[in-house]
Amino acid sequence: MSDTTQQPQRQMMKGNVAIAEGALHAGCRYYFGYPITPQNDIPEYLSAELPKCGGTFVQAESEIASINMVLGASAAGARCMTSSSGPGISLMQEGISYLAGSELPAVIVYVSRIGPGLGGIAPTQGDYKQVTSGGGHGDYYSIVLAPSSVQEMFSLVQTCFDLADKYRNPAILLTDAILGQMKEPVIVGPRPEPKAQDKPWALTGNQGRSKNLIKSLFLGDGEMEVQNWKLVEKYNRLKAEDTMAEELWMDDAEFIIVAFGSCSRMVESSIRLARAQGLKVGLIRPITLFPFPEKLIYERTASIAKVLVVEMNTGQMVKDVKVNTHKNADVFFYGRPGGGMPTPEDILEKIKEFY
Amino acid sequence: MAKPAEKMDAVFQRPETLIDTNFHFCPGCNHGNVHKLVAETLDEYGVAGKTIGVAGVGCCVFLYNYLNIDVLEAPHGRACAEATGVKRVHKDKIVFTYQGDGDLAAIGMAETVHAANRGENFTVIFVNNSLYGMTGGQMAPTTLLGQKTTTSPYGRSHEGDGYPIRMAEMLATLEGPSFVARVACDTPAHIVKARQAIRKAFKMQIDNMGFSFVEILSACPTNWRLDALTSQKKLQEEMVPYFPLGIFKERSTADYL
Ligand SMILES: Cc1ncc(C[n+]2csc(CCOP(=O)(O)OP(=O)(O)O)c2C)c(N)n1
Repeated sequence: MSDTTQQPQRQMMKGNVAIAEGALHAGCRYYFGYPITPQNDIPEYLSAELPKCGGTFVQAESEIASINMVLGASAAGARCMTSSSGPGISLMQEGISYLAGSELPAVIVYVSRIGPGLGGIAPTQGDYKQVTSGGGHGDYYSIVLAPSSVQEMFSLVQTCFDLADKYRNPAILLTDAILGQMKEPVIVGPRPEPKAQDKPWALTGNQGRSKNLIKSLFLGDGEMEVQNWKLVEKYNRLKAEDTMAEELWMDDAEFIIVAFGSCSRMVESSIRLARAQGLKVGLIRPITLFPFPEKLIYERTASIAKVLVVEMNTGQMVKDVKVNTHKNADVFFYGRPGGGMPTPEDILEKIKEFY
Repeated sequence: MAKPAEKMDAVFQRPETLIDTNFHFCPGCNHGNVHKLVAETLDEYGVAGKTIGVAGVGCCVFLYNYLNIDVLEAPHGRACAEATGVKRVHKDKIVFTYQGDGDLAAIGMAETVHAANRGENFTVIFVNNSLYGMTGGQMAPTTLLGQKTTTSPYGRSHEGDGYPIRMAEMLATLEGPSFVARVACDTPAHIVKARQAIRKAFKMQIDNMGFSFVEILSACPTNWRLDALTSQKKLQEEMVPYFPLGIFKERSTADYL
């Protein structure tokens, strides 16, 4: 998308392409990946665009290789990315754990497909617990952001790069085929030149300095505990400084719906229907799934006693909502798994049932 | 009686890149020889300051304790993928992996073969000691037929366990590699050859010729349950006949030429 004008322009863009273009805007010049539906537009777009801007595109032999190439490029100091879906992301879990353990930044785009197993390619939010609980082995977390529009696909992938670098931690952009395959107007400016990143820890050869080492093995007595506490400190800082959520219709709300990503759009439609019938329903949309907007949920449920969590799964985020809900409030759940999509009318019915 | 020399010339020194410390390797293990040969090579070419080593998981994981260079610790088997990432970012730097036979030929087979096939311009130092040293001597893809290990207590059988894999020969069939050799460190003469092969492999990388690979047969006295000298004898008598020493591929022109 070689945009030569200086003014940001409104253009129709597919969600997956917006992610790829967003990564280029963030200065990412290294992509390693393996094909899987429904995210193939990302490697296809980048295989065409990266060579034009001096970047590198590698189609790896597997997702295991992809994430480890990402680990290498990140250790070398570069902004880099991979993208995949369920089965491929499962294969990456060891690598993501190593990224977290070695404190390396990287961006992983996750365009979910229904599972378990080979499942299918329909949209789902069934991977919420996998990504928000770390996913791989060990006591760690990835930063997780969930866009709900194509514009946010473009902007939040850039936020992922910034947060990954800020915290030296892997960041996952979690989305699905609804947003990935959908075209919406997006405002995109000219692609900026990549900014130089200050990464004194990167492996560049030790000429003129002492040697750098990037590792996750800590065999010494007590060393690993120190490292784990260091990670906890980082997650606490992340929670305090970079938790994001959107609130809609919350000013006069008597009933809250919590929903994220594509599902929150159907919830928005259902809230319009409900409001037309005089039901004062508000929406909390977590944008960061890790860190989860714990404080916001707690504060809002102190005065609003009913919360409905709507997800495209059998009940995953609802557990995070429950543990953070004020003791005065009740939490209800409505979800559909395996490609089943709640319609605004379905959700309206649930609102009426629990209101 | 000869007079003591006023000033003695140093005729032999520790390579500058080899850190002055004790190895954790067992007596008679050849990992130490290989570390030294790599350090010597980096010194000779004057490239240590722009070299990034990628350590596999196995006895070689502590590479960074011994070589004064930047080091990345890769997950078990994935070093060639990590090295691909590093080298794609730093095309002007020297990148090598250092891996054992479990790491490279079992769990990391796919990453190794595909990096070789893409002709990635880095060097692989592959230490074949015929078993999994670090985890206690289990069977590896390179374990010899009949060889007893902690997971082949009756000796490796081709039925069920398959045959020992000859990595050098296999990789030499690919178009990508520029240099593929197998050497050993059992005798001074073989160490000289091993040094030449490692030197050549790094030279290939410096000249942008693509993937270079040196397999080094190594003894593992602890897990072979033998003393150091008998281990070297076993290496000569049992490993070398199955894993012949030599150069299996050597390119004179690069792909891009
Ligand atoms: C995914 C994974 N599986 C298994 C291990 C355990 N492990 C550590 S080292 C090793 C084998 C090392 O053997 P080799 O590569 O032959 O090197 P050596 O120690 O003999 O030099 C294994 C299986 C691991 N660290 N990670």
